[in-house]
Amino acid sequence: MTEVSSVSERNDLIVQVESLTKSYGQVKAVDGIDLYVKRGEVFSLLGPNGAGKTTTVEILEGLRKADSGKISVLGLDPWRDGYELHKRIGVIPQGFRFFDKSTPREAINYYAELFGKRVNAEHLLKLVDLQDVSNMYFEYLSGGQKQKLGLALAMVNEAEILFLDEPTTGLDPQARRSIWKVIESLKLQGKTVFLTTHYLDEAERLSDKVAIMNHGSIIAYGGPETLVSKYGGSKKLTLEGDEKIYHLLTKTFNLPVIRQNGIIEITLKQSQDLLKIINAIESSGQPYSGLSLKKDTLEDVFITLVGRMKEGELD
Amino acid sequence: MNLKRIFADFTVFRREYLRNKEGFFFALVFPVILILLFGAIFSGSGHNSITVYALNEDRGPLGTSFLQTLNQTGAIRVVSVPSNASFPDYLLKHSYSQGILIPSSFSNSIYSRNEANIILYSNPADSSTQIVSGVVNTVAEGFNLRLSNSSSLISISQKSVNESSPSYIDFLIPGLIGFTVLTSPMFSMVNLSAEYKKSKFFKQLSLTPLTKGEWLTSKILWYVILSLVAFILMTATGTFLFGARVQITPWVFPFIILGSLLFVSLGMLVGTITKSIESAGVIGNIITFPMMFLSGTFFPLSIMPDWLAKLAHIFPLYYIIEGLTSTMVYDNLKSTIFDLAIVAFLCIIISVAAVGAFKWREE
Repeated sequence: MTEVSSVSERNDLIVQVESLTKSYGQVKAVDGIDLYVKRGEVFSLLGPNGAGKTTTVEILEGLRKADSGKISVLGLDPWRDGYELHKRIGVIPQGFRFFDKSTPREAINYYAELFGKRVNAEHLLKLVDLQDVSNMYFEYLSGGQKQKLGLALAMVNEAEILFLDEPTTGLDPQARRSIWKVIESLKLQGKTVFLTTHYLDEAERLSDKVAIMNHGSIIAYGGPETLVSKYGGSKKLTLEGDEKIYHLLTKTFNLPVIRQNGIIEITLKQSQDLLKIINAIESSGQPYSGLSLKKDTLEDVFITLVGRMKEGELD
Repeated sequence: MNLKRIFADFTVFRREYLRNKEGFFFALVFPVILILLFGAIFSGSGHNSITVYALNEDRGPLGTSFLQTLNQTGAIRVVSVPSNASFPDYLLKHSYSQGILIPSSFSNSIYSRNEANIILYSNPADSSTQIVSGVVNTVAEGFNLRLSNSSSLISISQKSVNESSPSYIDFLIPGLIGFTVLTSPMFSMVNLSAEYKKSKFFKQLSLTPLTKGEWLTSKILWYVILSLVAFILMTATGTFLFGARVQITPWVFPFIILGSLLFVSLGMLVGTITKSIESAGVIGNIITFPMMFLSGTFFPLSIMPDWLAKLAHIFPLYYIIEGLTSTMVYDNLKSTIFDLAIVAFLCIIISVAAVGAFKWREE
């Protein structure tokens, strides 16, 4: 046990990373990041493809060696104490797979034997909603069912923290929601979950804390709502209207207004602005429709922060 | 090493192997097919006699007598063809490469003490031409001696080196056991380790308490069992169906066990150090195929050119097959132990290299 672990125990930090770096040749995949995850928290590491998320999570899992930095997971050095650490963590690696001709039930029993745990396979299968396909070969399972099996296997050893690396990538919306349900039930059980994802709705819905990573650095860190109010936080009024309304609004109010494809969007600065704008439009007598008020989401924050990213790559 | 984990990994691997139709075929059906095939080719009826088509135009009895004598040598099987205008054309038309024509005046010429001529038709490209010509010459010589009332002064009696006179099938059994010990782990492990590396399945397994050594042990265990089953099936088929005479001595087992260990390790080494699944397959084949054909698997090294036979000494399989032959066919303990020592030495080098090169995790 190092000094780090006693600090981590005091602060109830289950993951503690300081100045972590990792390069592949000339490319800096992770460039001096700090991360802290508390016990019982769902933590999401967000970022576009190639941001360094998988490298970071693999270093935390002890699958890759860091170039430098202080890393402690459950008070252990993941690379040096990897064997001990693996008994206490659960992982679904990116692109989780299993033997093609084994069933989910056999897979759970195999993991239970490897970990030397007595496991009620039935209970785990039920938890991830795989009872109906418990005797079907892995090769015939759908993408969502395969990921759910990954989740079940990650739970076999009653891990203290689960690392889920893009668990819903490539799944249809229904399968994604059913994975979310499992993660939510893990959260209710008090498990710590370290999630990497590039789906912002997923992170916003599940996470207590979020870190946004880009080009190997953490560019924002905090609760999803805190981040939204810090980096976004604006409310936008949108309506369908013609040129005349657009000119009226730009002349009357000192607020950013855009008109695109017949949709006018005004970013509000304070809540009184809303009433004033509606009054002005009403008194002008100009026709309008589709009035709605939109709040910034994590996605807006993400797009603002990652800036150069194309929207298409985010979801 | 934790036996429970080895057993769990062994069970899941065995199941995967046997649930795959190809796996089942290669494990249990293929060895039997091999022995049936080679056994039938080389130990079938006729004892390798060469068919010669004969046209006997002789009006006397000596032509028939000559052909009967040829038949009795056992080396040649004479098949009479109907009389026709052109015998060479007949042979060509039927793609027969060996033919013998006894002229109508054969008996008459001999009785009148004139030279009687037999015409032998052959295809120079056919390897049996030399044998046919030799046999026909010997029979003709015998006739000459008898007809001139002489007797031969030198006689040859042939004896086998081994008392029980081993036949081809006896050599084939150790050869094909060696073939199975080589091919089933090599082909499968090269592909499996390259594929596990690419799909990051090794990384996934490293997240469980299963160790590299335990993983490898369970694979070795499985291939030892497969090789033992193949050994039993092949020996039984060879013995009961083709009358092979081989001994099952305790020395057979270290060869099968060490051989499996060696080729599981070699396969894993190739799969681990190559960059892609495709290049692993190519390198695997470059190693496997020459070793498969040049180690005395299907035919004895003595028929190969000297330099090629010497080259065979670089292959681990050569020592496995030679060792198995020494114990199963010749019961030669000294040679067996010598081969076993070499196999054990190669086994240590290759498995240490494989374990060293094999990484669960990345630096």
